[in-house]
Amino acid sequence: MSSAHPITPVRVYLAVFVALLVGTALTVFAASIDMGAMNTPVALGIAVAKASIVAIYFMGLRYTTPLTKVVAVAGLFWLFIMFGLSMSDYLTRSWMGVPGR
Amino acid sequence: MANAHEHALAGGHAVVPAADDHHNPNLQHHFYSMEQQFEAATLGMWVFLVTEIMFFGGMFTAYLVYRTMYPESWVAGSHELNVPLGGINTGVLICSSFTMVMAVRCAQLGEKAKQIGYILATMVFGVAFLGIKAYEYAEKFHHHLVPGPHFNPALPRSEQIFFALYFMLTGVHAAHMIVGLGIMTTILVMTLRNRFSPDYYTPVEIAGLYWHFVDIVWIFLFPLLYLIGYHVGA
Repeated sequence: MSSAHPITPVRVYLAVFVALLVGTALTVFAASIDMGAMNTPVALGIAVAKASIVAIYFMGLRYTTPLTKVVAVAGLFWLFIMFGLSMSDYLTRSWMGVPGR
Repeated sequence: MANAHEHALAGGHAVVPAADDHHNPNLQHHFYSMEQQFEAATLGMWVFLVTEIMFFGGMFTAYLVYRTMYPESWVAGSHELNVPLGGINTGVLICSSFTMVMAVRCAQLGEKAKQIGYILATMVFGVAFLGIKAYEYAEKFHHHLVPGPHFNPALPRSEQIFFALYFMLTGVHAAHMIVGLGIMTTILVMTLRNRFSPDYYTPVEIAGLYWHFVDIVWIFLFPLLYLIGYHVGA
């Protein structure tokens, strides 16, 4: 037997499928409530939760080698470097009060 | 078992191929075992997906920069998008991810007929997504919301930036869907030619990783484009 992934029961996949649909309904519902500055963080939180269960269960990340898991997390790490360094520029430009920023 | 291929991936030589692997025609000569070959393919695909994260990440960075500059244009722009259709499309993609994962499972079990059915279902959902997307794009053309000389002159210029990013992000995503349909066609033909077995279904698994990744991108695009101003009311 050479398949590296154990066979996942159908009910696990069904549960993830239902959770993703519920998550989508929840996103739309949460977006309809005025939470002020919290609307976007809540929407992103639900999206991250949905993306995580897709990666862990549907993409079988839980059965991969530690090296593959590190690669997957590294992708997010570099993404946040890009976001962080870009925004550290754009968000601080007005601090100087110099024209032409 | 898990430990053995970790050693192999780390360059160790502790792995002795299982006896039956010598006879598996799908085992490339530079791998110790089918197991190690599978792990290497999975790792390679994840490395590719990281480059995809960074590829979409560049556009998401542009989105972030301009949204902080013109938040009101983002709210106004999202009001022009069709939330019910975007929501339905999110559901369609989730359905396609489910049928995809079931196709991989059937490949693992050697259930060829069911696997073909699930691959076809995945493709039907993929085509449905693109059809709805095409309808939405047509709507934007009718409403003069496509950036350029015919953009509604009553709207501020920053509104064009929102729609430029909307078309870029969803357009590149749709292009990935079209590529995904090509990959599914390939997998379908390979399945029909009996290329897969419970001992070797790596291409199905790898195609699944790609399909799910494209689904994940949409999971972020839907709230970040369609739902920004949903609570304010159009």
